Amino acid sequence: MDFSVIANNFSFLISQGLLGFGKFTGGTLRLAIPAIILGFILGIFIGLGRLARSGWVRVPATAYVEFFRGVPLVMVIFWFWFVIPVLLGVPLPEYTVALAAFVVFEAAYLGEIIRAGIQSVPRGQVEAATATGLTSVQTMRHIILPQALKNMIPALVTQFIVLFKDTSLASIIGYVDLTKAAQIVNNREIRPFELYLFIAMVYWLCTYGMSRYARYLERRLSHA
Amino acid sequence: MRYQFDWSVLWSGQTGQWLLQGISTTLEISVLAWLLAGVLGTLSGALRTAGPRPFSALSAFYVEFFRNVPLLVWMFFWYFGIPPLLPRLAQDWLFAHGAEFWAGMFALGVYHGARFSEVIRSGIQSIPKTQLEAALSTGLTVTQAYRFVIIPIALRLLIPPITNESLNLLKNSSVALTIGVAELTFQTRQIETYTAKAFEALTAGTLIYLVLCLGLSAFMAVLEKRCAIPGLIARVTPAEH
Repeated sequence: MDFSVIANNFSFLISQGLLGFGKFTGGTLRLAIPAIILGFILGIFIGLGRLARSGWVRVPATAYVEFFRGVPLVMVIFWFWFVIPVLLGVPLPEYTVALAAFVVFEAAYLGEIIRAGIQSVPRGQVEAATATGLTSVQTMRHIILPQALKNMIPALVTQFIVLFKDTSLASIIGYVDLTKAAQIVNNREIRPFELYLFIAMVYWLCTYGMSRYARYLERRLSHA
Repeated sequence: MRYQFDWSVLWSGQTGQWLLQGISTTLEISVLAWLLAGVLGTLSGALRTAGPRPFSALSAFYVEFFRNVPLLVWMFFWYFGIPPLLPRLAQDWLFAHGAEFWAGMFALGVYHGARFSEVIRSGIQSIPKTQLEAALSTGLTVTQAYRFVIIPIALRLLIPPITNESLNLLKNSSVALTIGVAELTFQTRQIETYTAKAFEALTAGTLIYLVLCLGLSAFMAVLEKRCAIPGLIARVTPAEH
């Protein structure tokens, strides 16, 4: 066992692999952060759609959620990887494909979190808002969403942890994230045990830190 | 879009057989990993709530370390990282007997064992303490109380979250394609490679996963109804749906 391979490639693994600074368009965080933000925006529509009174909106939204929750993420990534170039006629870079796949996939899970958050707001709040003369859009915008958002925060952090781990699958299509960076180094140095153990620890530090933060938020918000 | 659909690629030549092999490998690796995860999860979940200090600390380490690292990294670790450390003879044996399958099964089982463990721990903690006290007062030892009272109740209460985790395990078995296990996603890609028919191959693979997942959750819903403990079920599953 020889851990000097870690020291020699430390900056490549961390700055290129984890953060995304370097000659490749890559980076675990550079994929995970936009993916959660865009996924959240799409997720709001899915979550609201699931709660819509009209069946024309509710049924497709429900089907969307059930479909993506019943299919492996790897499969979704391959769909985007093989099908987008056929549809558009031009091949897209790995980053765009991976980002699109993660946004669409995560929106199904985030939509469920948003739906649960909205449903956690007591019915009386809506009635009180209606009684003061707010329209249903105003009620959603000023009364329900702000409270729902607060209730969702711990679940959102947890979902971000899941997404952060899932971005490793983008390496399958060649995106240079932390996992792919370790593979690249390993192809040259042939030190799989040291390298994969090291990136496992990097992933662990990030996710464990975030999960502690989620637990802290949960405790603080439940007291408020 | 000028794409010629040709659905016959799914059954002409060898492709039909590839898909069937893929399904059977996916089920095989999932069932074996599920058994391993079940044993590891139940054991470490129970030890975390009641075990002596070194064991509960060891279980906590196992759970926190393994479930917080991507499954893909564990696949690479068990497949590329571990075999070179084994004696020559063991390596030869392993690579002659489908090392990728066993490494994939192990990675999947150990990873999901850590996730099962959390589910089981929360289930055990949701059982009123009086159950354990009552069991102990009838003269059972702690081990017996767990074996005959707490765990049987917990497992029945936990059918919905366990179903959820089992479905995750089944879907996550697709990650094993990265180390060359010829499961369903691998075979789907292989069909795509040989026929250049991405739409058809991916549709077939996706539909098969959907059928497997929906089938399994329907089966578990029946099981849940048959195993329900009247008056207790509401305790663990807060009204989410």
